[in-house]
Amino acid sequence: MPTLSRADVARLAALARIDMSDDDLDRLSGQISAIVDAVALVSEVAGQDVPATSHPIPMSNVHRADEIRPSLARAEALAAAPEAEDGRFRVPRILGEEA
Amino acid sequence: MTDWTRASALEMADAMRAGTVTSVELVQAHLDRIAAVDGSVHAFLHVDAQGALATAAAVDADRSAGVDLPLLAGVPIAIKDILVTKGMPTTAGSKILEGWMPPYDATVTAKVRTARMPILGKTNMDEFAMGSSTEHSAYGPTHNPWDLDRIPGGSGGGSSASLAAWETPLAIGSDTGGSIRQPAAVTATVGVKPTYGGVSRYGAIALASSLDQLGPCARTVADAAALHEAMGGHDVMDATSLDEPVPSCLDAARDGAANGLGGVRVGVVKELGGEGYQAGVKQRFEEALDHLRAAGAKVVEVSCPSFRYALGAYYLILPAEASSNLAKFDSVRFGLRIERDTIEKTMAATRAEGFGDEVKRRIVLGTYALSAGYYDAYYGSAQKVRTLIQRDFAAAFDTADVLVSPTTPTTPFKIGERIDDPLAMYLNDVATIPANLAGIPGMSLPSGVAPEDGLPVGFQILAPAHEDARLYRIGAALEAALVAEWGGPLTSTAPELEVTP
Repeated sequence: MPTLSRADVARLAALARIDMSDDDLDRLSGQISAIVDAVALVSEVAGQDVPATSHPIPMSNVHRADEIRPSLARAEALAAAPEAEDGRFRVPRILGEEA
Repeated sequence: MTDWTRASALEMADAMRAGTVTSVELVQAHLDRIAAVDGSVHAFLHVDAQGALATAAAVDADRSAGVDLPLLAGVPIAIKDILVTKGMPTTAGSKILEGWMPPYDATVTAKVRTARMPILGKTNMDEFAMGSSTEHSAYGPTHNPWDLDRIPGGSGGGSSASLAAWETPLAIGSDTGGSIRQPAAVTATVGVKPTYGGVSRYGAIALASSLDQLGPCARTVADAAALHEAMGGHDVMDATSLDEPVPSCLDAARDGAANGLGGVRVGVVKELGGEGYQAGVKQRFEEALDHLRAAGAKVVEVSCPSFRYALGAYYLILPAEASSNLAKFDSVRFGLRIERDTIEKTMAATRAEGFGDEVKRRIVLGTYALSAGYYDAYYGSAQKVRTLIQRDFAAAFDTADVLVSPTTPTTPFKIGERIDDPLAMYLNDVATIPANLAGIPGMSLPSGVAPEDGLPVGFQILAPAHEDARLYRIGAALEAALVAEWGGPLTSTAPELEVTP
């Protein structure tokens, strides 16, 4: 009994904005499920009273003065865009049919 | 006539200062070598002959004019394709960035330029540094110069293979779970993951931000030390960068090689050995311990019981962070776009086409680990494991100055052998991952070839955070003893590659 079903993987891929064909799901969902089973060992420590570590070296917030500094020219920032128009990134429409 | 490709980086630097060779001659020798062998090794994704020769010519002119130059000025270097380089394509091994020209330099790229080192090109890697074999590169695998049918490690297999194939004396890598150290181990080269924050990551394409660290790749410990000093240091552009002086790596290496290891306590990590480790790997490890004892070190055993959770914690934290970091590949500002009628469909089609299987697996896994209802059991537990592992390290470093283990459980496996079995692939990194979870520095250096297959075995040294110099002292002492035993560097005993005229 896999921890993650094929339908789970399809839903997660949709959330992550990755189209998956039936072939992709056939190939990947079993592997992903096996990885989840293998890493589940860590949940043994879930109940332990241990603080979480998010960052390996203790650090505090880093601030800098809010000053205007040289940055990329607009043309440079747009140079690698798949599509640009009037000095802006151009994308296909954002709203779906029903909106 | 001297074959300069066989020299160390520091020998090249000395020879240029002595006037026996020019930087242009060095760069040309390495470009010729790349032309002769890279067709079969495939370490490089991009070679910048013109740029490298131009830098070399400028260094030579300045040297003739008596200008004071940095230590490694004129010594060629290769850069892993994870670092952005202005005017040179950067792909991170992914189709989604094919043909992308970054508009700026990473801080480490800028430091390489400030050090006046000619950049030979960009080296191959597993896509977005996800992998242990370089087979997950969208541009085809890199081959191990020791045996072209075998993997050169990963994700930095291009950097390690380029060193072992004498295509460059120095390279830059990135290490999230072992991507510098494991490739070094399987190619008989030297690789160092510095303390987290020791090297700026500005302009390094992020995989897992709480684990990633850039570091030096070389053929000798002293060469790695010199490059570490050139690339390290505080950077206001990276908020995780440590505001402290760069460690004195080169002095430490010279001290270790010359003065031995009297008084040094070396801890053998019980959990990083034994079952699952190849016989020849264990044998070379034990012999290396004998060398350390002979150099004056005291060898003790330490136990890190929480390491049994390390691999699981890593494969939750890494995918979780990667799924977030890779959201920027959305077809809007750079890279591939597969056009559909809405932006959402465009993103999903682009990411399906642009990402390879391993990247998709990890993004889905990370999305799962971070999803409501599973967060505490998975991601939350993985973060607790990090604390337990840090405590294990802290206790171990109470009884030992450095910890040691084999870098990898086995010598390099055959290309294709583990490509369909992600879990088998992940086991390569079982000994290197704990250092990333704890943020501590680690080194891999060659400790011989396994008697049963004649393939390289790596020896790993770990030190407490901020104590990177210890790696170089102990590493250089061991290297000196082993090179004396072998009668020369291990790389020189690798089979000669067939040269394409």
